Amino acid sequence: MSGRRLFAGPARRAAVAPLLWMLLFFLLPFGFVLKISLSHTVIAQPPYLPVFDLTAGVAAIKAAFAALSLENFRLLISDDLYVLSYLRSVTVALIATAILIAIGYPIAYGMSRLPRRWQPIAMMLVIVPFWTSFLIRIYAWINILQHDGLLNKVLLALHVVSAPVVWLSTDTAMYLGIVYSYLPFMILPLYATLAKMDSSLLEAAADLGSSRLQAFWLVTFPLSLPGIAAGALLCFIPIVGEFVIPDLLAGSDSPMIGQTLWLEFFTNRDWPVASAIATVLLVLLVAPLLVYDRLQRRQLEARR
Amino acid sequence: MTDDVTQIPIDAGSIDAPLLQIDAVVKRFGGFTAVDGPSLEIRRGEFFALLGPSGCGKTTLLRMLAGFETPDAGRILLNGRDIAGVPPHQRPVNMMFQNYALFPHLSVRDNIAFGLKRASLPRAEIASRVAEMVALVKLEGMERRKPDQLSGGQRQRVALARALARRPQLLLLDEPLAALDKKLRENTQSELMRLQRQLGMTFIIVTHDQEEAMMMADRIGVMESGRLEQVATPRQLYEAPKSRWVAEFVGGVNIIEGDVESRDGGRMIIATHDAGQVTAAAPAQPLTKDRVCIAIRPEKVRLSRRAPAPDADHRAAINRLEGIVTGVSYLGGQTDYQVRLDGGAVLRASVANTARLDVDAYHVTQRVVAWFASDDCVVLEP
Repeated sequence: MSGRRLFAGPARRAAVAPLLWMLLFFLLPFGFVLKISLSHTVIAQPPYLPVFDLTAGVAAIKAAFAALSLENFRLLISDDLYVLSYLRSVTVALIATAILIAIGYPIAYGMSRLPRRWQPIAMMLVIVPFWTSFLIRIYAWINILQHDGLLNKVLLALHVVSAPVVWLSTDTAMYLGIVYSYLPFMILPLYATLAKMDSSLLEAAADLGSSRLQAFWLVTFPLSLPGIAAGALLCFIPIVGEFVIPDLLAGSDSPMIGQTLWLEFFTNRDWPVASAIATVLLVLLVAPLLVYDRLQRRQLEARR
Repeated sequence: MTDDVTQIPIDAGSIDAPLLQIDAVVKRFGGFTAVDGPSLEIRRGEFFALLGPSGCGKTTLLRMLAGFETPDAGRILLNGRDIAGVPPHQRPVNMMFQNYALFPHLSVRDNIAFGLKRASLPRAEIASRVAEMVALVKLEGMERRKPDQLSGGQRQRVALARALARRPQLLLLDEPLAALDKKLRENTQSELMRLQRQLGMTFIIVTHDQEEAMMMADRIGVMESGRLEQVATPRQLYEAPKSRWVAEFVGGVNIIEGDVESRDGGRMIIATHDAGQVTAAAPAQPLTKDRVCIAIRPEKVRLSRRAPAPDADHRAAINRLEGIVTGVSYLGGQTDYQVRLDGGAVLRASVANTARLDVDAYHVTQRVVAWFASDDCVVLEP
């Protein structure tokens, strides 16, 4: 009833704006990518066929449509390289997200328990690294992790190890880089959820016989699940498509899908296969988003 | 309504000993003393109200009883045992929170069962007690709803059921009705009284609403600046306030200042500054100074067009003060008049509207006599 009135007039017109944005900057480019993924590669400019030429007449366009094929997608399924890349990406993203939750939750929880006046400062400390370029921060990690880098020097000085350890070009280095880069995206939504939690709920839990630990697991944790979900999505999705961190910090034996895509696009100049990889990746990433959206909608409906 | 809930055991301790003893309890926050040494005893089965303006320390005192705050000095004895060091989750005390503090992720049933599960009761026992509580607060059919699917009044009842489910020896209620509208509040007040009698439980309610306190409580403790100004039954509090502050805080009152002129047995004659001479009943406790103030409730001031014959009602008509009506407020059941006395003082008089037609009404600028009995005056230190 009142919901409909809310979206009347200017409000409804304003609601069109994000749709227009989606159409212009997402659906339209995605249409191009999808079209290229159905083409086949040639050595030409542009490096694929068929090319739609609206001036060539109806018959030519019909012929162009007929030339489209699912060949590239068949290749993605048949060649281990691609399947393994996808699997690797999803596995890395899952493990990294789990580590991020394990590290981010205590930090966010601690921040939310700080005295009010310290909280903005803690928030700044989380955000400040963003003021340095992402690429520079990853290169700094290379510096720290290399053979005669800071980490090895410290470990040797402390006699933890007797010879320099190989850090670079390992999964450890990659996870370190990913967790380091994405931690704020995990902490901020978690902190937002935890900070707005009503402290009288914990008092009520104590009043009803819960110890502090019980109160955490029975009240704080379940109420922070939306924050965990938001943080996990915010991290998982970009990590799946991550290119820079695995390329600079991980070994080259098992590439993530972003690296494979880069390889197809720039090294092999195979735009159609690269486009097919991007299309499948998008579909894979939309799936968890839809699940999340469903969960949220169910929560909203329950609230009514 | 089930009657089997009445058999909740009232546990331990001898019957005569007070359930709760508060002994000179002090709580400071930084330099601010929120609770400044009140002492109080509360009997088993009593409905006690802590009444005071916001910031008087009543909520802090309640939170110390629940265990959320630790006293800086003094003792709190429950059944004769000092509970100052006992954490909230180990106290046989439950609290109903002002904002209800219902767990938003749990259903009505799970909210009520929360405390029972922590007490590790068997499943069947939990289920039967939850059903009992749901019936007690009349929430049948709502068990599976989440708090945000309930109305304000329903949430209030879930909070009450949750706090009662553990059968606490003492139930603390922090402004439990503040969030309800007037009509619902009045219904809930009588509902709370019914429950308290039915369960034979001891209730301590914190409120800033004096009508609420007077309607529900057996005794009221009036707090101001962290101290207990007076602990008394509602009637005593209203008719025999101990201080000018209490007289002014509880109900409407006329305060007339003056000096004691003479004493004569149970009466004293006071020369007031702006209302002439007033005869008042001497207070039970001797006054330390001659400077006093007289408190008279507005409904005890009567009005008439001319002075009543002294022999008609000698007792009541002993104080006769003439003045002019300067304000009339018709309130339905009563009409409030403002009368400026010839001496300059302004008296409020409440006249019950006992007849439908306005035969007794006075109008602004009308000359009237305001009269009241000496027994209706309370003499206080200013």
